[in-house]
Amino acid sequence: MDMLLIHRLHFAFTITFHYLFPQLTMGLALLIVVLKTLALHTKNEIYNQAARFWGRIFGINFILGVVTGIPMEFQFGTNWSQFSRGTGGVIGQPVVMEGVFAFFLESAFLGLFLYGEKRLTPRGHWWAAFLVFVGSWLSGYFIIVADAWMQHPVAFERAPDGVFHLTSFWGLLSNPWALIQYAHNMSGSVITGAFVMAGLGAFYLLEEKFVEHARVFLRVGVIAGVIFSIIQVFPTGDLHGKYMARHQPVTTAAMEGLFKSEAGAPIVILGQPDVEHQRIDNPLLVNKVLSFLTYGTTTAEVKGLDEFPKEVWPNIPLLYYSYHIMVGLGTIFVAVMVAAAFLLSWKRLYQARWMLWIILLSVPLPYIANTAGWMTAEIGRQPWLVYGLLRTNEGYSKNVHAGNGLFTLLGFMGMYTMLAILFLFLMNHEIAHGPEREIGSTDAVLPITVA
Amino acid sequence: MLFIWFWLVAAMITAYVMLDGFDLGAGILHLWIAKTDAERRTVIRTVGPVWDGNEVALIAGGGTLFFAFPLLYASGFSGFYLPLMIILWLLVLRGIGIELRMHLNSPVWRGFFDGCFAISSFLLALFYGVALGNVIRGVPLQKDGYFFLPLWTDWRVGPEPGVLDWYTVIAGLIALVALTIHGAHYVAVKTSGDLNLRSRRLASAFWLVLVLLTFISLWSTLSIRPELLANYRRHTFLYGVPVIVAASLAAMFVYRRKGNDKAAFLASSAYLLFMLVGAAAAMYPNLLVSSTEPALNITVYNAASGSYALSIGLIFWSLGMLIALGYFVFIYRMFKGKVSAGGGHGYAD
Repeated sequence: MDMLLIHRLHFAFTITFHYLFPQLTMGLALLIVVLKTLALHTKNEIYNQAARFWGRIFGINFILGVVTGIPMEFQFGTNWSQFSRGTGGVIGQPVVMEGVFAFFLESAFLGLFLYGEKRLTPRGHWWAAFLVFVGSWLSGYFIIVADAWMQHPVAFERAPDGVFHLTSFWGLLSNPWALIQYAHNMSGSVITGAFVMAGLGAFYLLEEKFVEHARVFLRVGVIAGVIFSIIQVFPTGDLHGKYMARHQPVTTAAMEGLFKSEAGAPIVILGQPDVEHQRIDNPLLVNKVLSFLTYGTTTAEVKGLDEFPKEVWPNIPLLYYSYHIMVGLGTIFVAVMVAAAFLLSWKRLYQARWMLWIILLSVPLPYIANTAGWMTAEIGRQPWLVYGLLRTNEGYSKNVHAGNGLFTLLGFMGMYTMLAILFLFLMNHEIAHGPEREIGSTDAVLPITVA
Repeated sequence: MLFIWFWLVAAMITAYVMLDGFDLGAGILHLWIAKTDAERRTVIRTVGPVWDGNEVALIAGGGTLFFAFPLLYASGFSGFYLPLMIILWLLVLRGIGIELRMHLNSPVWRGFFDGCFAISSFLLALFYGVALGNVIRGVPLQKDGYFFLPLWTDWRVGPEPGVLDWYTVIAGLIALVALTIHGAHYVAVKTSGDLNLRSRRLASAFWLVLVLLTFISLWSTLSIRPELLANYRRHTFLYGVPVIVAASLAAMFVYRRKGNDKAAFLASSAYLLFMLVGAAAAMYPNLLVSSTEPALNITVYNAASGSYALSIGLIFWSLGMLIALGYFVFIYRMFKGKVSAGGGHGYAD
């Protein structure tokens, strides 16, 4: 069995499952701060109830994010030891910073937010929510810095033995790729949070349960959704695409299915890439749009795959579909959220059952889009681990043979299947209980009494 | 600089053992001392608000290793592949055992989560000890700096050992007993009534076992790796460390007798701290020793990152840990005092 393939599947499976949880918690962290702010300003208890309810959802997702996240950090060493040995001095920096600056903060104040409400003033509880938000968004930045360095290595020099050495700390932290990728990624996670919140509001309205809370969920979800689904496309997605075309042109060509260089290149909306004959089957094209989107003029030449040796081609069909699924869904998000926002402003959203159904059925889509987006980034970087410098087949642990790798991959698959079932069961349980629990009856109390 | 980073890594690991140690211990005791649902809820509530922060020390420790000594991280993590993966699975079980229990009000589910919490805590304590035993014993490092250990071979301390052999099993047992006592002291501090009584009784019962195991482990360590005394011979003040370990064992006994739970908890913290300091002081400058050829040892000199990275790291690491220390003080103060046994509210409802 192919060792490299096992190690790649190992990472792909565990990271894909892991990221289902942080994308919601990072998005929800922001929305909970919004709810707490509304509670502080309007003094309306319904916002506090909403924040408490989403805090419980956050808590379940957070803990699954933690337990599936620890294996991610370990896997750099266990499965990608040659890579770790070469790059630890560089990307080890943001990894440690994530621990000491973000995780300590997040874990400390999450406990306080979830269980300390009775002990804190309303303003104090707002601060707990805010610091959880800061912690989770900081952790996102540090891990994006690590990934961005692999996509677009900066601020390093390479020793004769192949080890990368950091030359500028600020250069690493201010990698332009990281800034763009971070904006795009965080906006994507707010979209997940917004769709989940609005979707649950739609569900409750359709069920005619917890109607007042449902309206808050819908309103906050749709307003956040419309803002961030637009930001997702422009400027963050647009910038990311332009930056990628300049620094990873072969990836851009493969994502877009552009086999031959062309001035005034068209964009492929639909179609299946036929790598053997180097063409797109059943294409639905819009002329000149790709040139315009990447270089700002309709006549610019966009490099096709024919300009690059096949050894540096990524997996074209997989990348092409990941990218097209991400972009297609991103477009749908704008359409759904803009329509919902119009209905909201005309005060007709809560009665528009067809729209509530659309929002409800859309809940899984941001998860798919975020996953497809990360697949685009990571498959697009292939065959490199560190772009242009270190190949993926030079990075894995040669001392861990495929039998052991498969053993633990199967172990993770079994473990995570169990976690997924447990997760869905618990979410269903929380959703059935709804947001009307009293403070102090079951939660939100510090476990202290006798001194 | 290398000396500082060696001790910073050691400090992270020690902090992790002392902090997560008491909630692991609470988990080991969980099914044992807590009989009713209310008591189990109480035990979970003693660790509930803090265990996650304690576990961040593991993440930060792993990150620090990755960043400061990439070769050690790469070689050690891939070489100990199987036991590490098992530890990861146990950490998953433990996390859900503690945190998800309160979401379901069903005796069957609560039994399931209690089982997850207790069994995973037990096995983790054992495995952490085994891991430390492996680092002290050494591994068959190859010329390229890598190795791969099977879970067991012939259970002997030879040139081709497995993760488990008689020596590492002793190390596992001492960790298990030490963390059980540490956890019992913590639960005693945080509870009153029956739980407090049972924890105290358990801590006293295991004390003699811990004393015996401490001597056995010292003797067996020096019999398989006599060269570990070299640093002690060079810097005789290091002999103070085993003296403090002995003193902390005595203090545990005295304060247990006097019924001073807090002092007993501090004594078991000091025991863990100085056992690990003693081991680290014996290891330096080695990070991972070869069981076949001393020239292949991974040391601070051949494993460290570049000096620029380490200098910058020292600044942000110290700053970050200082802030983190602030959170810890703040959170432990917020959650100080005993957890009530009754009451229908709180963390684990």
